[in-house]
Amino acid sequence: MQIFKRETTIDFMAKHRLAVILSLLLMAVSLTSIVTRGLNFGVDFTGGTLVEIGYQTAVDPSEVRTVLQGAGFDDAIVQSFGTAKDVLIRLAPRGELSSAEISTSVLEALYKAYPDQLEMRRVEFVGPQVGEELTEDGGLAMLYALIGILIYVSLRFEKRFSLGAVMALVHDVIITIGFFSILQIEFDLSVLAAILAVIGYSLNDTIVVFDRIRENFRRMRKAGPEDVMNVAINQMLSRTIITSLTTLMVLVALFIFGGEIIHGFATALIVGIFVGTYSSIYVASASVLFLGVSKADLMPVEKEGEALDDRP
Amino acid sequence: MNQYPMWKYLLIAITVIIGAVYALPNLYGEHPVVQVTAVRGAAIDEATQASIANVLKGSGIDVAAMEQLPQGLVVKFNTTGDQLQAQTVIVDALGDDFIAALNLVPATPDWLAGINADPMYLGLDLRGGVHFLMEVDMDAAMRQADERYVSDLRSALRGEKIRYLSIVRMAGGGIEIKFRDEPDRDKSRTLIGREYAGLQLKTVDSAGILLRVTMSNQDIREARNFAIQQNILTLRKRVNELGVAEPVIQRQGDNRIVIQLPGVQDPARAKDILGATATLEFRLADDVNDAQDAVAGRVPVGSRLYYERDGNPVLLKKRIIVTGDQIIDASSGIDSQNGSPMVNISLDSKGARKMNVTTRDNIGKPMAVVFIERKVTTRIIDGKKIKTSKETKEVINVATIRGQFSKRFQITGLDSTEEARKLALLLRAGALAAPIEIVEERTVGPSLGQDNINMGFMSVVIGFVLVLIFMVVWYKIFGLVANIALTLNLVLIVAVLSLLQATLTLPGIAGIVLTVGMAVDANVLIFERIREELRNGNSPQASISAGYDKALSTIADANITTLIAAVVLYGFGTGPIKGFAITLMIGILTSMFTAIMGTRAVINLIYGGRRVEKLSI
Repeated sequence: MQIFKRETTIDFMAKHRLAVILSLLLMAVSLTSIVTRGLNFGVDFTGGTLVEIGYQTAVDPSEVRTVLQGAGFDDAIVQSFGTAKDVLIRLAPRGELSSAEISTSVLEALYKAYPDQLEMRRVEFVGPQVGEELTEDGGLAMLYALIGILIYVSLRFEKRFSLGAVMALVHDVIITIGFFSILQIEFDLSVLAAILAVIGYSLNDTIVVFDRIRENFRRMRKAGPEDVMNVAINQMLSRTIITSLTTLMVLVALFIFGGEIIHGFATALIVGIFVGTYSSIYVASASVLFLGVSKADLMPVEKEGEALDDRP
Repeated sequence: MNQYPMWKYLLIAITVIIGAVYALPNLYGEHPVVQVTAVRGAAIDEATQASIANVLKGSGIDVAAMEQLPQGLVVKFNTTGDQLQAQTVIVDALGDDFIAALNLVPATPDWLAGINADPMYLGLDLRGGVHFLMEVDMDAAMRQADERYVSDLRSALRGEKIRYLSIVRMAGGGIEIKFRDEPDRDKSRTLIGREYAGLQLKTVDSAGILLRVTMSNQDIREARNFAIQQNILTLRKRVNELGVAEPVIQRQGDNRIVIQLPGVQDPARAKDILGATATLEFRLADDVNDAQDAVAGRVPVGSRLYYERDGNPVLLKKRIIVTGDQIIDASSGIDSQNGSPMVNISLDSKGARKMNVTTRDNIGKPMAVVFIERKVTTRIIDGKKIKTSKETKEVINVATIRGQFSKRFQITGLDSTEEARKLALLLRAGALAAPIEIVEERTVGPSLGQDNINMGFMSVVIGFVLVLIFMVVWYKIFGLVANIALTLNLVLIVAVLSLLQATLTLPGIAGIVLTVGMAVDANVLIFERIREELRNGNSPQASISAGYDKALSTIADANITTLIAAVVLYGFGTGPIKGFAITLMIGILTSMFTAIMGTRAVINLIYGGRRVEKLSI
């Protein structure tokens, strides 16, 4: 089976102005939301306690909330988690109780109110000092990943390509994070991991297109940069779509069958792959074009290095 | 055209066989077991085995097998429910001299175990258990180091008969010694300089004749290291007492300790015992002065006011007879006379000597046991981290000294047998060198662990099957070949994870799922390129060859960049995230092998070296 019986000749680059506007718009909306609404950070980053309880029968979260309020946890946020039998309780860090004791007393209060009807599924407690570090490490990880990629791509391609790739990545990351901000989906460590995986994936896509652009620049000596890129994107179109499709299939399987805990992770990747596929077609190539790549830049890369060295 | 040399086929065949063998142990599952080990000179003999078999039978718990292994007596059960119940029963029956730990033992056949083929090591989020990150209170550790020097210097000066007015720890750290005159200070300066090379000395004349003593940087580093090492040692002993099989206790960074307790069902108890800084002090009670006067504010010199558990005030002498670190063994028991819980204590020789002298001189007088516990918490107020440490001192028992005793004796006055057991455990394991605070906890209950395994497995299978179907529909024979490679890739990932004994976590499973989706990318690239070559009018054989050759550098570039992201993720990630990075990295490497070499080998076998009119692609 094939999507396209023959090579497509869609003029992607002709619409690149439109794409730039769309991208800028999406990024503006994302950034505005990130700045104004912020992210719904999970305990990994804010610090605090999270307790997941499994009941034998369906339970009303507000009832659990009342029990906890009775035990002095007025700030407890209780919500159903996955099924009606599971509840997730979130508590902010507090001073008077030794932090590690919070989960113990929450569990005690619940065991007393519902004897033999529940079991502890999960407790996560992150102290304020650790939360701060995780946030810092997360940001650094993202930064180092981008720098590492920038270096690798500039070694393998021309500098403008690596800038184009990184612009596409920044675009993808901002929009994916923006999606989490707009819908206020919880942002925890696994989402951060997913975003780093999105960086890897989107780059994968971009590199594949760049590779073809470079090849075409050398082959199509008479064509201008726009045509060269168009042809490359068209040549890679079925591959881009098929790979995105298979990856999306497994991610949807993960989202549906992987359980509630993995939802944030799967969501980030699904969004990231949509955005990443789009960006490798439009953003990466458009930025390279915008940065003014010409055929001369791509003729044997080694020579360019020498030319630089020859400068006084 | 399109033929591989023999060695390539052999290489692939060998990889497949090795991969399959090392992935195999994962199919056998695990037995829930209780591991019984003896401590404190006790031994597991046939009588112990018989009594264990007996109590389990009495409680109606089915034992699948029981065998004596190097790691102790291993009792196998059919279900984890039986295992849990059995642990309680065994602990109750055997008492303090034995430890019964929960564990999962792989049901790997001997021939596989013989070549070190083990199943994957499951992370805590899959097998259930507790992960703690503990922070050692370094300020307290430094304070203690200073205090050790205070007492060392005091006895050193006394030993040389150098007179001093006072010797105190300064508020900001360091020690200040006050002298009557300069010659004394000079003498002590020479003495300290000679005996304690690591200390820095400075004379100050602002408020009297002073000598300030501070630790050198090297000393400070050593004191910090000592505090961490000492705490790890103590925590290890406590974990052993808790009865945990395969615990992980590791230093992390400057002042932290990671503890992982797989299979622990009761995090509250683990937290209680690991974090406790409880210790005991034995003091003589002040039976001359009235405690009520002291409550009103008139505490007599040489005494200090304490409270009993019920809030009763008690006056005790300031001088300590024996402290908790002089206790070498402790076990809980029941007082045969009145049936109340008690703890049997054994002291080291120094403690025994002091106890001997004190009790000899004070027969008929009351002696008190003080229970001391310290807790540290950190909270953030106005963006600043504020550490508060709370110390509880309680008198748990005041008893009249009936006769002279030294090395062995009992203490009573405890609330419950559980408390006696806990106190005995803490005394045995020793005190922490510096207080610790739990700064991160991740506990996963056993049912959630199992659910995570099931859901993870389910999503791998479904994602995998979806991709298999898609590839066959899309690329026909070539799709089938890609599917063989994809299956092999999955087997290799499992084999590498098993071989490395890297920890498999839920995000790790997600990484495998993602790899399944992305691994076909290499094949998609190759196959699309072959189609393109065919469209350009090339012959089938030439198209296969060109397709593989031209796609190669693209595949390499694309995978290396993803690998960079995975490596960074591994470097910065903690726990579960590392698991994701590991499977992603392994998956990228194995998929390059299977998708490029593996598929090429099969394609060559099908089409290579003969006339082909048309490709099924």
